[in-house]
Amino acid sequence: MRKDMPCCRDYTCRKEGGSVKKKRWSDYLWIVELLYLFLGLFNILFAWLGMLFFTIPLLIAVFGGGKAYCNRYCGRGQLLGLLGGRWKLSRNAPPPKFLRSPWFRYGFLTFFMVMFGLMLYSTYAVFTGAPLKETVTLLWVFKLPWQWPEVGMVAPWFAQFAFGFFGVMLTSTVLGIVTMLLFRPRSWCVYCPMGTMTQGICRLKHRKEAASYGRTSQKDSGASETSGQ
Amino acid sequence: MKKSLKVASIGRECVACGCCAAVCPRGAIQIPYGIIARLDEEKCVGCGKCAKTCPAAVITLVERREAL
Repeated sequence: MRKDMPCCRDYTCRKEGGSVKKKRWSDYLWIVELLYLFLGLFNILFAWLGMLFFTIPLLIAVFGGGKAYCNRYCGRGQLLGLLGGRWKLSRNAPPPKFLRSPWFRYGFLTFFMVMFGLMLYSTYAVFTGAPLKETVTLLWVFKLPWQWPEVGMVAPWFAQFAFGFFGVMLTSTVLGIVTMLLFRPRSWCVYCPMGTMTQGICRLKHRKEAASYGRTSQKDSGASETSGQ
Repeated sequence: MKKSLKVASIGRECVACGCCAAVCPRGAIQIPYGIIARLDEEKCVGCGKCAKTCPAAVITLVERREAL
């Protein structure tokens, strides 16, 4: 086999100068994402596991791992990539420009954080004696009555957080699927609040590099002038 | 893989998601510090896979500087 020929048709396999990168365990994390959504249907308390999807990317970004979570370990991104790419469910159209603008991305992050704060407040309300609401809110508006709660074994506030959090996860999954269908498979990654937050952390942590990359990103790519896609 | 006269150019609005780096057959794209995707133009063969995959559509193919 010639050295510069790909060894197989697998897009994750990169052959260059004889070194072959085969699929890694992290390429199967989409299964974890699917499992999480299914487990939430069986018992809402499994929603708490979703905290891992929130804390791990932040910890990686804070402790110097950059956006390794988005790049390698994001199960949702992989799942959307599979649905839109391999299963060809995506239109594969470029997303509108506003989607990638900092205004929209940071605006969506702010909105998401406000909704998360409201969810925390309702958890606190149940903690202080308000009745437990056994509903999952989809897209911040639609209240889905949950038929499979089984939350008798835990404190009501613990269950309330699970209902609220599963709503957040389900909402973001639905948004991800809609933008996957309309635009490119991983269009969700463009405005994903966790992605925006981790990139913001990386920019803050490496201000000098971020400033220099901002200045040279167009210049040093070997480009003379843009000639279309 | 033969080098084409084009080379990828990554825009400033890159969200550093890593989709381009995953599909690059030459490993020419890296995301240092998680800030923005960076291209090694020596390695880039101008295949355009990254431009087709980029979910933010910020990667374009442009004329290679030395080709002019």
